[in-house]
Amino acid sequence: MGLLLATFDLGTFRCAVVAADVQEVLMAQPRTPVPGAADCVDGLINLRGQVVPTLDLRARMGLPAESGVAGMSVVVRWRDEVWSLLVDRIGDVIEVDESDFEPPPLTLAGPLRQLIVGAYKLPDRLLLMLDVAQLLAVGGEPALR
Amino acid sequence: MSGTDDLDDEIIGEFLIESHENLDQLDRDLVALEQAPDSRELLASVFRTIHTIKGTSGFLAYHKLESITHVGENLLAKLRDGALSMTPEIATALLRLVDLVRSLLASIEQTRAEGELDVEPLAAVLRALLEPPAAAEAPVVETPTVESPAIEPAAAEAPVAPAELLPAAVEQPELEATRSSIGESTVRVDVNLLEHLVRLTGELVLARNQIVQRSAVAADEDLGRASHQLSLVTGELQEGVMRTRMQPVDHLWSKLPRVVRDLSAQLGRSVRLEMEGGDTELDRTLLEAVKDPLTHLVRNAIDHGIEPPEARRRAGKPETGVLRLRASHESGQVLLEVIDDGVGLHGPTLAAKAVEKGLVSAARVETMSVQDQLQLVFIPGFSTAAAVTNVSGRGVGMDVVRTNVERIGGSIDVESTPGKGTCWRLRIPLTLAIVPAVTVECRGQRFALPQISLLELVSLEAERASTAVEWVGDAPVYRLRGALLPLVRLDAVLGLEQRTDQPDAQVVAVLEGDGRRFGLIVDRVLDTEEIVVKPLSRALKEIGLYAGATILGDGAVSLVLDVAGLARRQLHAPDGQDELATEQAGGQVAAGPERQLLVVAIGGGRRLAMPLEVVTRLEQFPVSSLQRVGRRDVVRYRGEILPLLRLSDHLSELSSASSGTVPGVVYSARGRSVALVVDEIVDIVGEGSVVYSDVEDYGLVGSALINDKVTEMLDVRSAILAADPRYFDDEPATEAFPLEVR
Repeated sequence: MGLLLATFDLGTFRCAVVAADVQEVLMAQPRTPVPGAADCVDGLINLRGQVVPTLDLRARMGLPAESGVAGMSVVVRWRDEVWSLLVDRIGDVIEVDESDFEPPPLTLAGPLRQLIVGAYKLPDRLLLMLDVAQLLAVGGEPALR
Repeated sequence: MSGTDDLDDEIIGEFLIESHENLDQLDRDLVALEQAPDSRELLASVFRTIHTIKGTSGFLAYHKLESITHVGENLLAKLRDGALSMTPEIATALLRLVDLVRSLLASIEQTRAEGELDVEPLAAVLRALLEPPAAAEAPVVETPTVESPAIEPAAAEAPVAPAELLPAAVEQPELEATRSSIGESTVRVDVNLLEHLVRLTGELVLARNQIVQRSAVAADEDLGRASHQLSLVTGELQEGVMRTRMQPVDHLWSKLPRVVRDLSAQLGRSVRLEMEGGDTELDRTLLEAVKDPLTHLVRNAIDHGIEPPEARRRAGKPETGVLRLRASHESGQVLLEVIDDGVGLHGPTLAAKAVEKGLVSAARVETMSVQDQLQLVFIPGFSTAAAVTNVSGRGVGMDVVRTNVERIGGSIDVESTPGKGTCWRLRIPLTLAIVPAVTVECRGQRFALPQISLLELVSLEAERASTAVEWVGDAPVYRLRGALLPLVRLDAVLGLEQRTDQPDAQVVAVLEGDGRRFGLIVDRVLDTEEIVVKPLSRALKEIGLYAGATILGDGAVSLVLDVAGLARRQLHAPDGQDELATEQAGGQVAAGPERQLLVVAIGGGRRLAMPLEVVTRLEQFPVSSLQRVGRRDVVRYRGEILPLLRLSDHLSELSSASSGTVPGVVYSARGRSVALVVDEIVDIVGEGSVVYSDVEDYGLVGSALINDKVTEMLDVRSAILAADPRYFDDEPATEAFPLEVR
């Protein structure tokens, strides 16, 4: 029995988180900005009465902002918190085999290195496994006055 | 003290509820114990239960209950320690013990007395069961054989016991009818379930708000009626659910008589405790949160407030001090007061102490009112205890009290008359779950401000906005009824796009947080709403500006501003040692805070400078309010007569001011004030930009070059003395008026 992953696209990357961590998938919601928060924190949404912060994964992973993409929200539950991850497109839920897993290549540098735990070698492409704990470790901007 | 009976009644009620539950558990445990006679865990549990009942019954003076449970406890102790092992006989006797305890409790519930039941027969049985091993001194291994003969007397007496118990058994049905009226009319509910209900109700309130808001614009009569009904029912539900979390303050106070008794005995004080308003209700989580602060205040009042009897006699007060606890509702909050008639606090002494400890500057203290000086006790590191006692002065000072109170959205202040006593005043919100808030708008974004920290709203109309805000250096201030209120721009704090055009009108929300008062400039005030504060995720909490988030009537999310956090962040510590202060002062990293000088003009085109920190206020006096009394000038000012000195006259110049009002610099200390009248208030400059020289003259302490103009340093002390020769009379000898510039 392999691991079930929820996949989604970010630019040219296909990324994944453990499907069991995903609570639901939404169309992008109206958001209330949070002044003073890190740039990648893209506001708060009202999810049936619950206030859920949104993380712009493009910004978080250092990808350029894409205009014209409405985006989708992958709502993940992590520890006690619920976050909405803003992605380009939602993919399928797939089952992967542990034997296809590889740690990040040693040549990988930049923000991505911190944010992925490794990759699954799918027949057609690589699937980047995101490290949710690292993704959500976004502090406030210390430079805020 | 009235209400003692009620209190006792309540304690007994709680004891009964608790004991009934314990006995049910005991039944189960004893039965289980027969199956697993060696279970230490079960034995320990049974022992604890009996021990608890024994303890409480002793405390409440139910002697029969106490004696029988005492014997039972001895037996259980032997079983627990392995000196005896469980036999059916012992189990039977213990179960009979449970029954007897139940009967006694039933009687207590009915009549508040133990009744006629005879506990001695069962006590004898239990004692008999205790005896054998001790008598035989047999090794533990042999216990079973040694024990069997010993059962005989027990068994022999056993038939007697039920007979003796019979009256109780007969009474039982009668008792049964009304029994457990307490147990049945109250239900113990898991706090988590309650919390969940409260949360759900909060959601319902929000949904209600949204529906009401929408139905108001829908112009559908039926919908309007339905939403009105929904609104009413939700309101009642909210109130009801909130009440489930409410507990009378009595719960908190019930432990204090003992604290007061023990402490006053220990410290040799004679104290009478008076309590008023114990039925005032408060959210139980808040009640729990104020427990420590309140206990601390009570201990403090006895330790430092109320004097020993002989000292009180010398002071002409009754030997017995009075400590009063008062609870009441006040404008949607609960007001808790701890009042003693002891020595009181002496503002100037506190101020001197704070200066000595380097907590505030001497100059600042000078300008404080006595009331403000009293509040110094809340500064971290301040403790008035001359000696460290084990009662108070253990490093947990009033600052901790304040922190704890503010954490739950409350506030604390103190009022005192030396020699007469002290009153500590805690203001606590009724509940945290749903709080009244004001929504404000800033750069198109909405924010909620909890009303508890909002003192007032001041509107700045467009034409006034530019002049009403004045600047001290780069700090904007507003004159609120004569006192300077530091202003904080919300858009600047949040890094929102600053408006370049002149805003039509703005609003200053006067807030109090972290013990300090400031004005927050927002674009406009929208509404008042009951909001449910929802926690923010950790990463967003760390920003330190938001207390949480909420969902507004239209379904949008709004951030709740953390007023105390804003204050901490934006207002520099009074002693100016805040790092942020130096950072923000244009990157000048100085060892200490830069002193500022007030520059004024007098006749003859002369310019004078004086340290700004000792200036209390700047005022414009109408010329018509200036008068002469004998050879002195005075000014009518806020219903007082203020001694006044025209600096031009003082320094032998002719004043050139002739308009309707003249600017004045007001100094206040220890309740005395003087005003120095000048021709013009020119500027406020940092001391860093001053080039000094030692050219001196009468009334001056030197001169300097400020902004390329020769400016004379006023000898403020002699100027004040010229206006009011007695100004410094009350000044403590140790403290020099800090007017020297260097």
